[in-house]
Amino acid sequence: MLDWKAERGAGEPYPGYDVLAKWRSPSWNDKTREVVAARLKAADEPRFFTREEFETLIAVADRILPQPAPRPPIPVAALLDQKLQDGVMDGYRAASLPRDGEAWRRGLRALDAEARARHDHGFAKIVESDRDDLLRCCEAGELKSPAWDGMPSQTFFKHRLLRDLVLAYYCHPISWSEIGWGGPASPRGYVRLDFNDRDPWEAAEAKPGHEADALRVNRNVR
Amino acid sequence: MSDDPRHAPRARHGRAPDVFRPGGWVSMKEYADHETVDFVIVGTGAGGATLACKLAEYGFSVVALDAGPYFRPLEDFASDESEQTKLYWTDDRIVDGDNPLQLGSNNSGKAVGGSTVHFAMVSLRFRPEWFKARTKLGYGADWPIDWREMWAYYTEVEQALKISGPVNYPWGPPRPRYPYRAHPLNAAARALARGCEALGIGWTETPLATLSAPRGLAHPCVYRGFCVTGCSTNAKQSALVTWIPRALSAGAEIRDLAMVGRIETDANGLAAGVHYHRQSKWHFQKARNVVVAGYAIETPRLLLNSANDKFPDGLANSSGLVGKNLMAQANQAVWGEMDEEVRSYKGPPSLAITEHWNYEDEGKDFFGGYAYMSQGPLPQLWANTQATAHGLWGARLVEEMKRYNHVVGLKIVGEMLPQEHNRVTLADELDQYGLRIPRVTYSWCDNDKRLIDHSIAFMSRALGAIGTKNIWVQEDDTCHLNGTARMGDRPDSSVVNADCRSWDIPNLWICDGSVFPTVGGANPSLTIQAIACRTADRIRTLSRLGEIRLN
Ligand SMILES: Cc1cc2nc3c(=O)[nH]c(=O)nc-3n(C[C@H](O)[C@H](O)[C@H](O)COP(=O)(O)OP(=O)(O)OC[C@H]3O[C@@H](n4cnc5c(N)ncnc54)[C@H](O)[C@@H]3O)c2cc1C
Ligand code: SF4
Repeated sequence: MLDWKAERGAGEPYPGYDVLAKWRSPSWNDKTREVVAARLKAADEPRFFTREEFETLIAVADRILPQPAPRPPIPVAALLDQKLQDGVMDGYRAASLPRDGEAWRRGLRALDAEARARHDHGFAKIVESDRDDLLRCCEAGELKSPAWDGMPSQTFFKHRLLRDLVLAYYCHPISWSEIGWGGPASPRGYVRLDFNDRDPWEAAEAKPGHEADALRVNRNVR
Repeated sequence: MSDDPRHAPRARHGRAPDVFRPGGWVSMKEYADHETVDFVIVGTGAGGATLACKLAEYGFSVVALDAGPYFRPLEDFASDESEQTKLYWTDDRIVDGDNPLQLGSNNSGKAVGGSTVHFAMVSLRFRPEWFKARTKLGYGADWPIDWREMWAYYTEVEQALKISGPVNYPWGPPRPRYPYRAHPLNAAARALARGCEALGIGWTETPLATLSAPRGLAHPCVYRGFCVTGCSTNAKQSALVTWIPRALSAGAEIRDLAMVGRIETDANGLAAGVHYHRQSKWHFQKARNVVVAGYAIETPRLLLNSANDKFPDGLANSSGLVGKNLMAQANQAVWGEMDEEVRSYKGPPSLAITEHWNYEDEGKDFFGGYAYMSQGPLPQLWANTQATAHGLWGARLVEEMKRYNHVVGLKIVGEMLPQEHNRVTLADELDQYGLRIPRVTYSWCDNDKRLIDHSIAFMSRALGAIGTKNIWVQEDDTCHLNGTARMGDRPDSSVVNADCRSWDIPNLWICDGSVFPTVGGANPSLTIQAIACRTADRIRTLSRLGEIRLN
């Protein structure tokens, strides 16, 4: 079923490691299973954003967190949509930013307007290098279209756009496996704590020339 | 009915959750709103829970309200960073100034047990001279309390929380042995130790409020590393599993999901009780004394939001100092990569510490001090640090994240100086209860910057000395909030006296991190709890002398 995992060998630091293989292990308590299961069901259809905003968001997320082809992508945009729909907020904001959801709506509309002004197409329809250029201008605070409505583009970029997308990507088990993190750990925690120490339920890192060993070990991590 | 503790209160009908037994309950005394209790306490964190426990044990009638839910850690806490943001105070707040603070997950909690439910458990004593910083060290302000008195209260709190720590603490005057043995070091902590040894300074195992041996129904720490997102095993000695159960069994009432919006004063200008919002309605609890313990933002906010005709500038504010002298602590870090696997996600994040620069004044071009500790960020926190502090995005970010298991970092808790223009005021916007939201203004001063520069240079050397590669500096971070209702000797230069009693309204008390005149370079919670223990003793003494309103 999860064929892409076998192919993940080459170049990946933790070939074959899947945090979800520990689902039924003592590392996952009921509450953790409940919240991660809900996350894995994230809907594809936006509920907070309009269809148009959502397409822009997908195009932005793709550039901030490009995803390797062989594995299923992490639904970064959908996860963010869900969080905003649920009203989960950071709880603080720069005086120049509106509340989280409104900042996102305005920011996405503004990025789209900037793309149209420069390239005659919305953000989702321009080529990747143009998207990256626009995002770099946003980061540097150089975007000033009236669509920003007083919101500084660099503040939006750093405190909303970057932060929220990164949190969405790294809340997903696929990303946990990718970086070789142990994942959920309750009630079973860890025993081996020293340098180069690894509990049998942790990911094994591929050492040059020994990738196959790591793959074999990781297939048995439970 | 929903069992989500964020939607319906749990402490009701004469019982409160038994945090040690899944599904269990303990009995709880309850008071009616019209019954006048001796003390109503706003907030059940490090300050409020400790005081509620001690006052109830001394026989006073106590109701402690918290705006947050009453969690059952064994059942409600997931091993998941996103889910656990439910522990944080995320109501709307505005930040500004030259160095706007990052709040949210990085700061206050909203739960029975307060911020101690997600704190990192580092339990340090202050350096004795800090209590007389102005006289002995030439900066900040003096505390109206003597360090020797504090030394005894520190011991009381260390015993109450069964702090695990080293046999001999390398700095400061002698202290009793820690009740529980120190935790083993993880690789991240060993890296700190190696660096200190290379540069010839001392280090030690960090005194931590997490169990290294069983205690009652609580198990020892299992080194799962989710401490700042809530401990699901009860090893962490938060207020929720220590002071609160004690408070309940001594007869205190805890009211969860109870947001206090205003303190009422009577015709004599005394506090009469608090207006609070619970289950979609506003209620009024009558009390002979009101204690505010909402932490350094919510405490001044409540005092300011309680302004009335008699106190138009807010309560306890004749000095004009309520909300001023907000002090965060510097929280800069130096990060790098080791060839070895570090896997710093295992164990409490800060198992080793050096307080060298808290106690050594030679060679400093700044006032104050700092400690630094080993680090163990979980993936979301680490990715956000790489993105917003290191400026990475795109393929560079995704690739850099794959080095996660080799990352090593050192992070300070550094003293920032009190400045009146660092402050909490009220913005015009309203929150979900219809209350004006706080605006938090913060700018570093030159001394703060010099301290930060010193620490970054030193920690960079420490990492370099142990062969760390790709070293980079995280410049913009702060932690812990204090000040905003400082204690002192005089009504014109402080908000409360040494007993945490407000100068203006003798039956209004403030007992939390707000009362600190200076912050030192040590995490504050042990000191907050020690002050709460002292306040309880003072209240008992004063009541025997008839100097407290009890009828
Ligand atoms: C991530 C993190 C790690 C930390 N690590 C450490 C550490 O390792 N060591 C350390 O010493 N300190 C640490 N701290 C700081 C420490 O947790 C706080 O300094 C301490 O808990 C503050 O105590 P307090 O009593 O002032 O407030 P809190 O513990 O925050 O309690 C305040 C309570 O009041 C409630 N409240 C506020 N306003 C109202 C209202 N109007 N009505 C009803 N209830 C209200 C809140 O819901 C909250 O529960 C950490 C903090 C964070 C965020
Ligand atoms: S490492 Fe210890 S204290 Fe931290 S969450 Fe795990 S069991 Fe609790």
